[in-house]
Amino acid sequence: MSTATATHDDHHDHGPAKGLMRWVTTTNHKDIGTLYLLFALVMFFVGGAMAMVIRAELFQPGLQVVDPQFFNSMTTVHALVMIFGAVMPAFTGLANWLIPMMIGAPDMALPRMNNFSFWILPFAFSLLLSTFFMAGGGPAAGWTLYPPLSLQMGDGFPFMIFAIHLAGISSIMGSINIVVTILNMRAPGMTLMKMPLFVWTWLITAYLLIATMPVLAGAVTMLLTDKFAGTSFFSAAGGGDPVMYQHIFWFFGHPEVYILILPAFGIISAIVPTFARKPLFGYSSMVYATASIAFLSFIVWAHHMFTVGMPVVGELFFMYATMMIAVPTGVKVFNWVSTMWKGAMTFETPMLFAVGFIMMFTIGGFSGLMLAIAPADFQYHDTYFVVAHFHYVLVTGAIYSIMAATYYWLPKWTGNMYDEKLGKLHFWISTVSVNVLFFPQHFLGLAGMPRRIPDYSVQFTDWNVVSSIGGFVFGVSQLMFVWIIVKAIRGGEKASDQVWEGADGLEWTLPSPPPYHTFTEAPQVK
Amino acid sequence: MAHTNDHYYVPHGSHWPIVASVALTVGVVGAANWFNGNASGQAILYLGLAMVAFMMFGWFGTVINESLKGMYNEQVDRSFRQGMMWFIFSEVMFFAAFFGALFYARVLSVPWLLGEDLSTHQTLWSAFGENWPTNGPGNVGGDFQTIGAWGIPAINTLLLLTSGVTITLSHWALKANDKGKTVLWLIATVALGSVFLGFQAYEYVHAYSDLNLTLESGIYGSTFFMLTGFHGMHVTLGTIMLIVITIRAAKGHFSPEQHFAFEGVAWYWHFVDVVWLGLFIFVYVL
Repeated sequence: MSTATATHDDHHDHGPAKGLMRWVTTTNHKDIGTLYLLFALVMFFVGGAMAMVIRAELFQPGLQVVDPQFFNSMTTVHALVMIFGAVMPAFTGLANWLIPMMIGAPDMALPRMNNFSFWILPFAFSLLLSTFFMAGGGPAAGWTLYPPLSLQMGDGFPFMIFAIHLAGISSIMGSINIVVTILNMRAPGMTLMKMPLFVWTWLITAYLLIATMPVLAGAVTMLLTDKFAGTSFFSAAGGGDPVMYQHIFWFFGHPEVYILILPAFGIISAIVPTFARKPLFGYSSMVYATASIAFLSFIVWAHHMFTVGMPVVGELFFMYATMMIAVPTGVKVFNWVSTMWKGAMTFETPMLFAVGFIMMFTIGGFSGLMLAIAPADFQYHDTYFVVAHFHYVLVTGAIYSIMAATYYWLPKWTGNMYDEKLGKLHFWISTVSVNVLFFPQHFLGLAGMPRRIPDYSVQFTDWNVVSSIGGFVFGVSQLMFVWIIVKAIRGGEKASDQVWEGADGLEWTLPSPPPYHTFTEAPQVK
Repeated sequence: MAHTNDHYYVPHGSHWPIVASVALTVGVVGAANWFNGNASGQAILYLGLAMVAFMMFGWFGTVINESLKGMYNEQVDRSFRQGMMWFIFSEVMFFAAFFGALFYARVLSVPWLLGEDLSTHQTLWSAFGENWPTNGPGNVGGDFQTIGAWGIPAINTLLLLTSGVTITLSHWALKANDKGKTVLWLIATVALGSVFLGFQAYEYVHAYSDLNLTLESGIYGSTFFMLTGFHGMHVTLGTIMLIVITIRAAKGHFSPEQHFAFEGVAWYWHFVDVVWLGLFIFVYVL
């Protein structure tokens, strides 16, 4: 073997190709990571603009700004764009940039497929967004696409379904690449239990993705054939059942929730020890807790459907199983707090976002526990309480972790420190406004305001006004995030290799910015 | 460590992935237009499929050339193997969605409609009394008959099981460096797969023309044709893959030590075999 490969040029040092085609044809994990992150940032603002429309409409009772059909398509596509276009690609981008550097690999295991995974996404989301310009408008049945309502969509319907298929193909290929990279490409000495937690959480996330995205593909395929090929999967007249869709969808949908948060756990587990200047408390319990959450995520799906009609035994099973997830999640929160305990703490922007994550994600976790209680859920179901709950775990959870990660690794990626003052300002404006935005939604929900409705009864006005003001401030303040990133790319104080005093791990042994190809010779890990 | 001294091959710059993305997009835009009843849809779909075929020739051709030049070391080979296994796992989960629909209908929703859940039965369809196989209280698609398990489906089971044996014999021959037998047993496998597909096509024609069993025959027709249809598509794909490796084996591309493509296709073939056993039991026998 070695005689045959000695003649190849694949390990000669060379930089990236020039021009636009560099980005179209690249197989480099850093380039692809950058593409993913930029795509996610664009989609964050596309989805954010839709959220602004929603908050503008809800600023006052009565129909004010948009018509109800369009309002419903805003809530639907806001969710699809944020979940599949912003949060998931952002995590995949982080995985691309970081996993090979963290485990001492020369690149991802399957570099061409890596490019394919990314480049499907712009096409998939173009298809999804193009439905707004078709007869019947964009999807408006909620991101869960429950039949029979979702089947009433106009010409855009098959385009939306195929957009989901394409995004799913992208996710599955990206995940296969990540699993294979982690299992096959680690440097000598990098045993599984020495891997950084970000790598661990992504390994388990990728497994969840490979297991559940095909199920979503199956579910939306059945929608497609029910609409166009005369099948009766979700029609009781033909012996099918609309509730069957909800079971299949949530068998995907609940693990998906953990897909959106497990990598965040990995990020927080990297940042907290750095700024507490202490090793992570309870490393192995973190790994086992992540695996437990992943296992439990497969047996709790019907807690999204408590009010749909289910045998009591089913309600009880899914209630208890769901509440069990609080145990491993609690282990994680206690471990982060214990890591900070008696640490030499400093609060640079990544740490601020990480601490903000721990506090506000926990609020979202607790409201989740409230929703898990089946009899109580009959009251909360489909109200703004649910909206408040999942925005606490997704905005102040997943998105805060992505912002923390951006600030934390940006100096490594660009070689320049970001503007610390602006970063802190971004954190504080975001944190105040995001709570003004989402906390009142708990009250609205408990008082009975339903979700996905463009108009509301006048007694809900005050908190909606407050929430909308918070929303506009939060939305506009994210432009700061873009400005800080642009500024750091263009210049700034040079970052050292280690960047942060307490940072530990293989990526901090590389120069900032790292060369185009890193670890072409595998490092020895002790 | 099992690592060899040479470097992990990292390809530089490939235009095949972007061709693949465009091809897929053209294909689904065509299909979506076709579903919406636009006359041009079908043509665009076929254009997309042709582009996908072109892309696969190009992409796999590049990989085969690199493999023949010996650019892939043991570690790259392992990446391919693991990637293929996870791909097959994702395929298993795709079928799981449709098997899940079948089980849900048979075990839960149809019995509920029949009266196991009194309120569902009384408020929705109190006159409904037909257990599986059913096309529902609306008699959707009209009266139909089912296909018995012990005719063609049983023969098809034997055909696929036999093909699992022949591909293993081919693998043994390959490991023994016996090119003639390798190709011979591969051809036998392709033949068995093709006969299976022929029988399956005959059965579909029979179902549509004689039994009035169609995709529109309520939940029975839906699950029957979607499960067997997707399986048939996978057998078709597997047969094409087998033909490709038969040609490659004949050209002497594989050595007893390195033949990932052969093994990947063999695993895939065993996977469609196992799915069929699930189909045979849960769709035809029970």
